[in-house]
Amino acid sequence: MSGTTIRVVLPSPLSTLARSARVVEVQVEGAPTQRSLLDALEARYPVLRGTIREPASGLRRPFIRFFACEQDLSGQAPGSPLPGPVVSGKEPFIVVGAIAGG
Amino acid sequence: MSRARLLVGTRKGAFVLTSDGNRREWQVDGPYFGGWEVYHVKGSPADPDRIYASQSSGWFGQLVQRSDDGGRTWAPVGKDFSYEGAVGTHKRYDGSDRPWEFTRVWHFEPSLTDPDSVWAGTEDAALFHSADGGQSWQELAALRNHSSGPSWQPGAGGMCLHTIVLDPLNAGRMYVAISAAGVFRSDDSGASWRPANKGLRSEGVLPDPDAEVGHCVHRLAMNKARPEVLFMQKHWDVLRSDNGGESWQEVSGDLPTDFGFAIEVHAHEPGTVYVVPIKSDTEHYPPGGQLRVYRSRSGGHEWEPLTKGLPQANCFVNVLRDAMSTDELDPCGVYFGTTGGQVYASADGGDSWQALVRDLPAVLSVEAQTLP
Repeated sequence: MSGTTIRVVLPSPLSTLARSARVVEVQVEGAPTQRSLLDALEARYPVLRGTIREPASGLRRPFIRFFACEQDLSGQAPGSPLPGPVVSGKEPFIVVGAIAGG
Repeated sequence: MSRARLLVGTRKGAFVLTSDGNRREWQVDGPYFGGWEVYHVKGSPADPDRIYASQSSGWFGQLVQRSDDGGRTWAPVGKDFSYEGAVGTHKRYDGSDRPWEFTRVWHFEPSLTDPDSVWAGTEDAALFHSADGGQSWQELAALRNHSSGPSWQPGAGGMCLHTIVLDPLNAGRMYVAISAAGVFRSDDSGASWRPANKGLRSEGVLPDPDAEVGHCVHRLAMNKARPEVLFMQKHWDVLRSDNGGESWQEVSGDLPTDFGFAIEVHAHEPGTVYVVPIKSDTEHYPPGGQLRVYRSRSGGHEWEPLTKGLPQANCFVNVLRDAMSTDELDPCGVYFGTTGGQVYASADGGDSWQALVRDLPAVLSVEAQTLP
């Protein structure tokens, strides 16, 4: 299989939904970006479509955050390249359900 | 002997309770979809083992789960609830315009005859239908595109289509209720709709208390043997229609308060109706801390409190609109769930009650099934 292997950490409700481990590996074709990574994640786990990004707009859901390399990447554009350590496999891309409510 | 099954949706998952026809001992299974809000779970009358569940979360959005084995196993199906055509606006609480936006499914109403056919009521208020067991959904957009649509405003729970009632004898006739727009009726399977709110009065809520649209209807109930008779729990007032929603008359009668959410009809006695009076629109608990179901055997007006087995002191829970149901056994079983996590059951038409469970998450919906 070609492409870049990227590790993604899912929040437990989504790993339960996907019937996956908390950390999954995803193959991304071409230059890895938030968008291409999430496209690949949803292609592998179709049940996750709409749970991380709004189905209509493709934008990040309001209570979802993206962390990597001790940085909050949530505000970056969907087409932004992923950090080098994520692409190299040294660091995972972390999907977080923001703390809100009880 | 026939059996009974309860499908219970809660703030943190779904539960399935089963019993034999005596309805004394119950097996509790769940939680399913733990941690997720499950607004509604309902089975197909044509195939009781076909069940649809609305699973949602403020974080992760909406999923639809389907079971084909009576709730033992579940699989996600379609969750694309896209509004048809150019999406217009409705009103916010403050009266400003807001574009229609899907939030969640409040209610599923499976077809009376086809397990693959099911309707979904959503927030923002719209009606969807699936003909393929929930794999895909199409909006019946004539409802949202009714000329009054741009004037619809949310109730406190959001602008939701929460009630769908199918007429078993008149093909194509169905009713929906929207908070806070009111009741709409279709006689052509949803191709066209008209308001069915004549007789409703909402003093202090609407500038025109008799307005054609804008009433905060909380729930409708129908006995399938007499579908022209409908019962309604409105924000305030309990009402009855004897002509398929053409007009309504208030039947609150001697209720201690006519605010409430749930209303249900006896399975075998079309004139016997149940409500759970709640103190007021700001005090969402029973008057005096006494949890009482009220039963009318005369289609309203005269009501009797049912208290045996229910807490009569220090009880300050609410019973939400979809959290009451009846089975079709004889005697008729009556069930309701509370925001305190109790599910109460009566196997004798309401004369006496027992708590089947006491410590679930807040109960959002209860649906009873009668199984062979």
